[in-house]
Amino acid sequence: MSTGTVTSAGPDERLARVGLLKRVLLKPELGALIGAVLVFGFFAALSDVFRSASGIANWLDPASTLGIMAVAVALLMIGGHFDLSAGVQTGTAAITSGLLTTYYGVNTWAALAISLALVLAIGFVNGYLVVRTGLPSFIITLGTFLMLQGLNLGITKLVTNTVQINNFNRILGYDVLHAVFASEFTIAGASFQIAILWWVIATILGSWLLLRTRFGNWIFATGGDANASRNVGVPVARTTISLFMITSFAAWFVGTTQIVRLTSIQAQAGFGQELIYIVAAVIGGCLLTGGFGSAVGAAVGALIFGMTSQGIVYAGWDADWFKFFLGAMLLLAVLANQYIRRFAELSRR
Amino acid sequence: MTDEPLLEIRNVTKRFGSVISLGGVSTTVRAGQVTCVLGDNGAGKSTLIKILSGVHQPDEGELLLDGRPVRLGSPREALDAGIATVYQDLAMVPLMAIWRNFFLGSEPTKGWGPFRRFDRATAIETTRRELLDMGIDIRDPDQPVGTLSGGERQSVAIARAVHFGARLLILDEPTSALGVKQAGVVLRYIARARDRGLGVVFITHNPHHAFPVGDRFLLLNRGKSLGDFAKGELSPTELTRMMAGGAELDQLAHELQREPTEKAPQ
Ligand SMILES: Nc1ncnc2c1ncn2[C@@H]1O[C@H](COP(=O)(O)OP(=O)(O)OP(=O)(O)O)[C@@H](O)[C@H]1O
Ligand SMILES: [Mg+2]
Repeated sequence: MSTGTVTSAGPDERLARVGLLKRVLLKPELGALIGAVLVFGFFAALSDVFRSASGIANWLDPASTLGIMAVAVALLMIGGHFDLSAGVQTGTAAITSGLLTTYYGVNTWAALAISLALVLAIGFVNGYLVVRTGLPSFIITLGTFLMLQGLNLGITKLVTNTVQINNFNRILGYDVLHAVFASEFTIAGASFQIAILWWVIATILGSWLLLRTRFGNWIFATGGDANASRNVGVPVARTTISLFMITSFAAWFVGTTQIVRLTSIQAQAGFGQELIYIVAAVIGGCLLTGGFGSAVGAAVGALIFGMTSQGIVYAGWDADWFKFFLGAMLLLAVLANQYIRRFAELSRR
Repeated sequence: MTDEPLLEIRNVTKRFGSVISLGGVSTTVRAGQVTCVLGDNGAGKSTLIKILSGVHQPDEGELLLDGRPVRLGSPREALDAGIATVYQDLAMVPLMAIWRNFFLGSEPTKGWGPFRRFDRATAIETTRRELLDMGIDIRDPDQPVGTLSGGERQSVAIARAVHFGARLLILDEPTSALGVKQAGVVLRYIARARDRGLGVVFITHNPHHAFPVGDRFLLLNRGKSLGDFAKGELSPTELTRMMAGGAELDQLAHELQREPTEKAPQ
């Protein structure tokens, strides 16, 4: 740009003025990162345990499994959809694996494959119905959410006469499963859950998919303007269905982590979590209207959730305050997102 | 041989339920020429180009590409046949960067198997170069399309179509929402695309935009063809008259003339 060519000075001037500010503001994860630093600073000032190695391990744990789901849900939201059945699908996956192995003696690997196939099929049905009917995914997945909630409870009760499946640690190959899903590693004397590692990997994968692949471009486009995308040849239906199936895969992974770690699973597992995933994604900068957001942001949203939920305990406050904090953060994030969107989309209309 | 039209539209009809959007319309498009489709609101212009771009399939009639009948089942098939369309609503995603929009649906990739990825460097570089080639001065390919002005957006969409469409470029009212100056800029891009040897279908309801660039004029009214003329067969005044439906225009002129004498203010 250091040429002596005589062009109008206009464009470069404008680039300097608008470009830089806009570029920074348009990073979807920016707000979440600032929020995370503030939340960390706040609780670290209130409690030494919070900033100790074991404290960190403690708040990274809830952040990790939530984070894996939040990344998948963020991709789905950027693609323009919600999945209210995502939480209950973690339960469906774990219950299926648990019942098949402990009650029906099915081989562990076969059982895991079956539960994976089952939730992927649920994801496919969610996506297919959304694509075919054109109805809001909110309503479609509310339907599958309620159905799965009923099935999880009904079938568990029918088979076990209780609302819990136990003894998962007695199945063949549990050691291997434990190593993959529930082992711990030690840093600075504190033991960290391996799920934290999976969370980091999920974030890197999600981010790579979103920003570096054709599929990622299609996700943004599908959520940004499905019609325009279709007109230029983007496979909108395939993209949408894939996103629902990715969410289901994440649910299988988290559900399996849960049952391996606890060696048992409640029939109620995962109920209500779906909203927390969405909260994390929104705090991470995803727009509710789709087309904008980031995987890193969603992971940071989950981090904020983890820090706040444990930080309140370390600060010696009543845990009831947690929901208040979470709600306030959500509101702040939505307002910030709204502003950014207007800035990006409407400034030149 | 060289006189064979790039695209021939023969007696194309399209119905939506009981509405006949388009009834028995024919015209031709040649390489290096601009065919203008003119008509009032609701005349069926958008319907015609949606048929050409594979969004709708005609109920009757046929399309001939290089003299061979074709069936365009989807926008993708039309694109693969070398027909690129700039829609009235642009088919761009406002929140996405210019370079992402530029390659949307046709992303270049590098790498292999699971490591196959969007070749961002190529995409960004190509976008910058193609826009510059068309004489479009954008500040930063990374800025969201939503931050561009209407004319800039049209220009980017045209540059994209030229880059991918190669043979036939369809533009649906690219100048209708623009001021005089921006419309002029867009008309210049249309001429530039034509000079590159593309066949262009230019839809508009403004005869003053059509006449300077058009080589052929198809006039539509309520889904029917009022005629298909070569440039020499028609003067600008006749064109305007036919579009407005001759007698109706006279009536309108008559009505408007009387008004100022009766109105006191302004
Ligand atoms: N998908 C559709 N379903 C039903 N009717 C349609 C559909 N598309 C177009 N029409 C009807 O066909 C007629 C022609 O519409 P079209 O959009 O082609 O007009 P146009 O010439 O592009 O108008 P404008 O100048 O306003 O863009 C209109 O009466 C419209 O209502
Ligand atoms: Mg139209």
